[in-house]
Amino acid sequence: MSIPAKPSSSRAAEAIAACRVDPTAAAVELTDVSFAYDVRPILSGITMTIPRGKIVAIMGASGSGKTTILRLIGGQLRPKSGGVCVGGLSVPDLEPEALYALRRKFGMLFQFGALFTDMSVFENIAFPMREHTELPEELIRDLVLMKLHAVGLRGAAHLMPAELSGGMARRVALARAIALDPMLVMYDEPFAGLDPISLGVIGQLIRRLNDALSITSVVVTHDVYESLKIVDYLYFVSEGRIVAAGTPEEVHASSDLFVRQFIDGAPDGPVAFHYPAPAYREELFADVG
Amino acid sequence: MSVELTAGVAQWLRRIGGAVTGAASKLGFASRFLLAVLWHTPGAFRRMHLTLREIYFSGVLSLVIILMSGLFVGMVLSLQGYETLKRYGADEQLGILVALSLVRELGPVMSGLLFASRAGSAITAEIGLMKTTEQLAAMEMMAVDPLARVVAPRFWGGVISMPLLAALFSAFGIFGGYVVGVRLIGIDAGAFWGQMKAGVDVWPDVTNGIIKSFVFGIAVSLIAVFEGYDAKPTAEGVSSATTRTVVMSSLMILALDFVMTVFMFRGASVI
Repeated sequence: MSIPAKPSSSRAAEAIAACRVDPTAAAVELTDVSFAYDVRPILSGITMTIPRGKIVAIMGASGSGKTTILRLIGGQLRPKSGGVCVGGLSVPDLEPEALYALRRKFGMLFQFGALFTDMSVFENIAFPMREHTELPEELIRDLVLMKLHAVGLRGAAHLMPAELSGGMARRVALARAIALDPMLVMYDEPFAGLDPISLGVIGQLIRRLNDALSITSVVVTHDVYESLKIVDYLYFVSEGRIVAAGTPEEVHASSDLFVRQFIDGAPDGPVAFHYPAPAYREELFADVG
Repeated sequence: MSVELTAGVAQWLRRIGGAVTGAASKLGFASRFLLAVLWHTPGAFRRMHLTLREIYFSGVLSLVIILMSGLFVGMVLSLQGYETLKRYGADEQLGILVALSLVRELGPVMSGLLFASRAGSAITAEIGLMKTTEQLAAMEMMAVDPLARVVAPRFWGGVISMPLLAALFSAFGIFGGYVVGVRLIGIDAGAFWGQMKAGVDVWPDVTNGIIKSFVFGIAVSLIAVFEGYDAKPTAEGVSSATTRTVVMSSLMILALDFVMTVFMFRGASVI
């Protein structure tokens, strides 16, 4: 586990003090977090703990606020209220310099990879190394090939992102996310749009890399079956609130209506099929009088 | 009825207020954005290979359109100028007419407009697409500031390229004027070059033209990077931002040209 970023100022020290978590216990702690875009509420009263070395999934329907949670952990958004602590630091209170220092210990896999399209696969993975280290070129080459080997794409080092399939792009992005041996890796919909083989490969890579590198992983996804195979704990988010949580075994055995609807893929239930609207009959016959 | 009227007026006022607030907010954001870009300038020059790459994309790859346009503008200018000067028996003044028109006005303005259409739109589209495909967000999450890595090199690449392109536009325009005036129409080559040499001054003409093109470079590059960075992360958002870059840059060039011309050539015979 990496050492938490050293505070660069007294404000950063205050940020640590404001964090109510024990930095040795949890990698990430969200306490009663609420967030809104202007007046539109996205999250309300989110409290969750992500222990070190574990894989935690945040599941929920599209638009339920899952990705917003990742952005709050990464400091790209600031909560309206509540605390976001990562590695003992209060993320919303960090100054830009300290936030960037903390982010150097993060890796993030974006939904569609977010590879730099003007760089080759090799250059994409070398990018964070070149930006943040003074390593000699020979060492960077070896490290990049090692990361690519870990995701099974050493032979694709010379390809451009446009030449990769969706699954390959996701694996390259994963190699880039672990380029600097981060303490925390965040995955934003890592299984979206993948064929079954790629899906299985990505799932296994997340588990293997997490265990081999002793990192902490947060997986935002709506893929129930793949997640239940690899994660240690799950949070279910609906309409900006945590509606259920538990280990994969607890989730399998759960009789909670939301969890059942989510696992069974039922079209109607706590998550309604119809968007709120006036009564059907009233709207159809509104002109009849 | 009066209640409806009041509601209508209130809605109308709200719309005006919203538009004014939105415009002021965007102007404030653009000002802060410019300061941030300037703040990251030393970083952009430290990573000189990034700025050189942008000079290549904005400058070198714009050369064909700039040189060809300059050549044809100079040729047309020579042809039209000769027809007018001939009426007053001053056709030997063609060289000075072509050179002053190009160096003072047409060079900076035309190359600025072409630069906005070719390079400015490309910069906006590139940054906008990087935003849409989360490449900028990925950079931020890797603790790399996109303003330093993406925006500042493109801004300075444009600012540096623009005066060089304007100078080349003028040079090729003068050459085009020479081909038509001397080679095709038959004006004496000595008179063409001699009048030009005697009538074009370095400071009021050439230097002011360079200053103009430098200012246009700042305006176009700033608008291009800002619109790309501020684009909505959708296909439609990038398309609108690209259009706004071309329209706003073109209007800005023409407006700035008028203002600078007033100050630069106030005492000269042209005004």
